Amino acid sequence: MSAGYGESDLINMERRKALRTGSRLLGVLAILGLVPGSAWAGAGRAALDAGNLSDAFDALGVTLPENSELIRLTVPEVAENGAVVPVTVETTLAHVEQISILVDKNINVLAANFIIPKGVAGFITTRIKIGQTATVVALVKADGKFYRASREVQVTQGGCSA
Amino acid sequence: MGEATRIRATAKDGLTEVKMLMQHEMETGQRKDAAGNKIPAWIITDVKVLHEGRTVLEAQFGTAVSKNPYLVFRLIGGAKGEKISVLWTDNRDDKRMDEAVID
Repeated sequence: MSAGYGESDLINMERRKALRTGSRLLGVLAILGLVPGSAWAGAGRAALDAGNLSDAFDALGVTLPENSELIRLTVPEVAENGAVVPVTVETTLAHVEQISILVDKNINVLAANFIIPKGVAGFITTRIKIGQTATVVALVKADGKFYRASREVQVTQGGCSA
Repeated sequence: MGEATRIRATAKDGLTEVKMLMQHEMETGQRKDAAGNKIPAWIITDVKVLHEGRTVLEAQFGTAVSKNPYLVFRLIGGAKGEKISVLWTDNRDDKRMDEAVID
């Protein structure tokens, strides 16, 4: 472990910075009505390239979200095959607008974003890849506020190179 | 053009559970081939689900969604015979739309 940043870290940091600037620009263009999709879509897209949780939260416009007992995150404790890990997020929070699934140790931490309109339950099941033992975070936006729930998954065979 | 998405939508107790299995490689862009060359990312990036033409789910996928993406969600209401449409776009701009009726 070296104390400083490696060259690739710096390149990545530059890249992320460029992506963030790009997403801001996209946001402005969206407000001007020049690109299809909402400003949110631009921010979500940049978040999908984030390399750590704080960058992903940053790109999603979240400060540290509160833990909520009203979110139930179901993942296996041990995943033999990291390439296919079932994840269910279910919440009884009112007015759910968005559900995101993140994995702290993956190269791209944000696995998926779901926009939940009115008339749809706060419930998502999907399957994701987890590269190594990691914490899965369910991020829920309800009534304009973000909440989270986390669980560790032990991975015996990684999913990113599988 | 990819293969058809398998869709099953079932109405029960005032909710309609929609299950779908999309057919896609979901190549992360992090793997290398036998010669050591990086295999480029090839993923579904956007999914939209419609119920009788109204958007009921929008998803953005990153590289960590598993091969042949599987999704389940529940909409409030929905009746037998009503139409569910699933649309996706990938990063090569391939697109696919499939439909099923609620049973």
